[in-house]
Formats: sequence, C-alpha cells, structure tokens
Amino acid sequence: MTAANADARATAAAMRGARGVAWLRPAELARVALLVLCALYFLFPVYVLVTTAFKPMHEIRLGNMLLPPAAWTTEGVVKAWSDVCIGGRCGGLSPYFWNSVRIAVPAVVLSVLLGALNGYALTKWRLPGAHLFFGLLIAGNFLPYQMVLLPMAITLSRLGLFGSYEGLIIVHVVYGLPITTLLFRNFFLGVPDEIVKAARIDGAGFFGLFIHVMLPIAVPMLAVAVVLQFTGIWNDFLFALVFGGRDFPMTVALNNLINTQFGDKEYNVNMGGVLLTALPTLMVYVFAGKWFMRGLAAGAVKG
Amino acid sequence: MAGIAIDRVVKTYGSVAALRDIALEVADGAFMVLLGPSGCGKSTLLGAIAGLEPIDQGRIRIGGRDVTDLEPKDRDIAMVFQSYALYPTMTVRQNITFGMRMRRAPRNEIAAGLERTARLLQIEQLLDRKPSQLSGGQRQRVAIGRALMRDPKVFLFDEPLSNLDAKLRTEMRSEIKLLHQRLGTTMVYVTHDQIEAMTMATAIAVMRDGAVEQVGSPDDIYARPASLFVAGFVGSPAMNLLPGELADTPDGPVVRCEGIDVPLPGYAFRDRPQAGRPVMLGLRPEVVTEPGPRAQLRLAMDTVLVEPTGADTIVRLALGPVTLTGRFHPATRLSPGSAAEVGIDLAGASLFCAHAGTRL
Repeated sequence: MTAANADARATAAAMRGARGVAWLRPAELARVALLVLCALYFLFPVYVLVTTAFKPMHEIRLGNMLLPPAAWTTEGVVKAWSDVCIGGRCGGLSPYFWNSVRIAVPAVVLSVLLGALNGYALTKWRLPGAHLFFGLLIAGNFLPYQMVLLPMAITLSRLGLFGSYEGLIIVHVVYGLPITTLLFRNFFLGVPDEIVKAARIDGAGFFGLFIHVMLPIAVPMLAVAVVLQFTGIWNDFLFALVFGGRDFPMTVALNNLINTQFGDKEYNVNMGGVLLTALPTLMVYVFAGKWFMRGLAAGAVKG
Repeated sequence: MAGIAIDRVVKTYGSVAALRDIALEVADGAFMVLLGPSGCGKSTLLGAIAGLEPIDQGRIRIGGRDVTDLEPKDRDIAMVFQSYALYPTMTVRQNITFGMRMRRAPRNEIAAGLERTARLLQIEQLLDRKPSQLSGGQRQRVAIGRALMRDPKVFLFDEPLSNLDAKLRTEMRSEIKLLHQRLGTTMVYVTHDQIEAMTMATAIAVMRDGAVEQVGSPDDIYARPASLFVAGFVGSPAMNLLPGELADTPDGPVVRCEGIDVPLPGYAFRDRPQAGRPVMLGLRPEVVTEPGPRAQLRLAMDTVLVEPTGADTIVRLALGPVTLTGRFHPATRLSPGSAAEVGIDLAGASLFCAHAGTRL
C-alpha cells in the first residue's frame, strides 16, 4: 500500500519533471471535471434539501429554489421534530424517531452478531450439513421482499407478533441473516485454522473462542455489517408499513407527513423531516467510515 | 513428564486413508521427530495426539492415561504451529497468558508464569507489542512461550521453523534443542526437513502414505535405512542406488552392477535372499571418496560434475552406465572430464530388495 503510494508519487514527480504540472494535463483535467460533475449531480438534491429546510415559508413561496436562505431559521426543522401533526397526533417526528431506534438497534445488533456466529460456525467447526445450510442461506440473499411478505405476515400472526416491535425486529433479523452470514463466512475463511486450534488447546470452547478470539479479529467486518444493516433497517419502509402496526418507525411517519393531502404544504417542515430521518444513517457512515473502508479492504488476517 | 503410546490408530478422510494402523511409542523425555514428505500423514498424526483430529480407530495414551476421547485442553499438551497462530488482536502478554486466563488460573500464578517464560525466552521487552509488530523469529519465540506457560506433559511442534529464513531457522533449531535438554519434557516434532530431523531428534519416525516406514535413532535411520524410501528421503546429497543382482562366490556374496562386481563379505543380512535376485545397492556419497585404507573397492571413473560446498566437494562420477555421487576432500583437485581414482568403503553399504524396496 505505502510502497504503491510511493511508487505513484515517484511516477507523478517524474511526469511533472518531463511534462509540467500533472493536473494541468488534458487527461487529468477531464478526469477532475468528470468527478466534479458527478459530485455536483449527487450533491445538488442535498443542497436543495438543506437550504429549503432552513428557509422560512415566505421565502419558499417566492419560488427561488436555488437561492440560499436570506434569513436562516430552524423553525421548519424544529416543527418537524416536535410539533407537526402526523395522522392526528401532533408531537412531530420525535416519537417515531425513538420507535425507529427501538427497532433498528436490536435488529442490527442481533442480525450482525448472529451473522458473525453463523459465519464462525460454518468455517471453523465443520458441522454436518454445513454446505447445504450455507447454500440455502445464500439462496436467501436472492429472495425479493414481495415474495416473503405474505408468508411472513402469516407466520407473525400465528406467533402473535403481528404489528409489534418484536415482530418487525424478527423480520429484519431473519431477512438480514443471509447477507451478514455471507460477509462473516467469507471473512472467517481468511482467518487461519491454526489460530482456532491454538485457542482450543488453550482451553477456549465454542463461545470462548468466538468472543475472545474471533470477534476481535472481525472488528472491521463488524463495522461493514453494522453500516450495511443499519442503513437497510433504518431506511426500510415496506416491512415497517406492513408489520409495523400502530407504533411505526420514522420512515412511515415521514411518508404520512409528506403525503398529507390537505392544507398548505410546509416545504421547510417536510425537508426538515427528511433531513432528520436521513441523519442517523449519515452519522453511522461518518463514525464507522474508517472501519468500513478497512473492512471492505480486509482479506486475510496476517499476524 | 510422560511418554506417548499410539496404539493402532486409523484415520480416513472420506475414501482417503490418512493414517493406516499407526503404532508408535514415544519414550518419556524423548525428542521424537515425525519425518516425511507432504501428505504422508505426519501432521494428521500430530493432530491426533493433540486431539484436534478425531480418529476412527485405535487408542492414544499420554503418560499412561488414555486421552483418546479427551478434548485438546484436557490432554495436558501444548502445541506450536507453523504459522505461529498468535492471536492477532492480543498483545504478546495477552497471547501468552490466554490459556491460563481461559482456565481461570489465579492472578499471581499467571504473573509468575509470565515472568518465568518471558525470562527463559528473552521476550520481556516485547510483552506489550502486537504480533504484527514482531519479526518472524520473535513471533515463533512468543508461540513457544505460549506453549511453555502450560508446563505440559508433552510439547507438540508442527513444522515450527518452515516460515523462517535459513539463518534464523538454524538458530531456532539449536534453541529448541537446548530447550529440550533443559526441560527434559517429551517433544513430538513434525517436519519434512531431514536436516532438522537429524540434528534435533533422539528418535525419528519416517512416515509415508499414512504409515510409519521406520522408527529409530537418527544414526539408525541414516546408516541402516529400512527401505528404499527412507534411504532416498534421508541424506543430502541422496544415497546412490545401483540396480544389480546378488551372486554367491567363494569369497562371500557379491552384487553385480552393470559389469562391476561389488563384494559384500561382511554384510549383515536381515533376510538373505537367493542368488540371482534383483537388488538395489545403496551407497552414501561419503563412502564414495578418495582411495584410502578403508576402501574395499577401487574404481577408475570419469568426473562429470564438480560442486564445491566449502567443507567438502560433491562430485558426480560415471563409469559406463553407472553414475555415482561422491564426497571428496576440497584439497582433491578434480575437474569435469578428467579421470578420478575412487575408493568405496563397503562397510557402509545397504542392500534392498528391488521389488519390495525393503532392506535385505
């Protein structure tokens, strides 16, 4: 990595010496221009989202969508958080935010830990039928949402969990397990079996080995799985809509807020709501980003 | 301290037999090397002793106690692996004490063991480092330290030096041998390197295709190989093997190789075959050398290739269809194409059945 960087620097320096400053060359300019264009394309909606969220309503009514707010105000965001009426309840999005937290946190923790445990058991303890089990699990990755909705609904209602947090959490965990298991299985394949043997001789059992040896090794992959699962579960709308019951999460509340058909459309409140709903996943990327990148790049564990 | 008794152990992977009816005794305090090419079952046998590889049949006893059905942790063994197998997220200190912590040993006991081990292996200054911050030699030292912490009945080594460079390998080899001399604990050591086996072992078991081909002292294995396979596997340069047939003369048995009569008057036959049977004559390169007082056969041969190693010079010689590798004193000047006077000390000869490959 560092050697490659040094190489690249040396090459770049050589090019500068021969042909002037590297980034002024046409090919380099074109590349930078393309990157800037792509960044603008993706950031433009975010710009409109943020500026509108912090504008007062009278500025929005003028229709100058691209202008930054003349007078910045948080009234839209605050109203979206604590005051706006959603489906007859006027407490803003905050209660639904906490619903989302109550669903996402246990669902993420369970799906990631169980996926890690699965991956560990599949690679380091050759259990009979492991191949068949893994094959079925992989097939699970390709099941579309629509296909599992009805069977899931029937199962949950038989279990008496339809329309409850617990039910929704179970749905997310079950639906997340194929991908988390796949991630951890592939990661643990790269961990030398001799480490497992050494730990067994040292007296670590199935769970001791998992907790003390394998999980610490898998920290980068844990970050990847947490980011992936948190994003998916927090942003989920369909499962929440179908199985969420009355205490639905933030995404459903946001939809109800924005699709309200009567009265004046308060765009600053709507945009504020969107911002608040998107914020947690953004934060997860910001805080786990370093580990996320390391996890994506992680192959084997070498000493 | 304890010996190991391996009693008719069988292990198969699917239809492949990894261990075929292995019977082996490791004496208390011995340094037993399991030697063989890759895939011969030596690592599987070590794994079976450790309890990491379940076996299909047979019993394994350590210090008289039947451990066949015990978990690795309950067998009172410690193991050092080829890849060191250190826990990458733990410091050296945590690595070494992991076993005792898992067994919930008292703190002062752990601290005392750590201090003793670190001093013995001179790794005190490395205790707070992670494995990734250590060199290969240091890692292997830590791995040995982790094994020492247990104060086990038996140490198991699975090719511990294969990942080290040549110089370090020689150093660690001496260090492990010194460790064995100091501790006197039974050690079982797996390697495919015959030099390691010869230098370290008090006993060697040569394995092939899941079976033990020969067990004996390094001297036994080298001087009196029990089969063509052992003869070819141990020793570098390899033993000269000449096809011929056995004949009886008034002066004793003779092997006829491509027109050369090689007399073997004092050969200690294990099982004397009839005259006329095809045999293989085995001669170590060091018995093919300058003519001296011990030479019982003198030949005028052609020099084909000269390879000086410093301490001695390896020379490939030819006489008609017969080629021999000899070991000469560096002062003996030989050049390719020139004639060479060769003396052969037949006291060190081996005879094998050409069909079965067994020693005669």
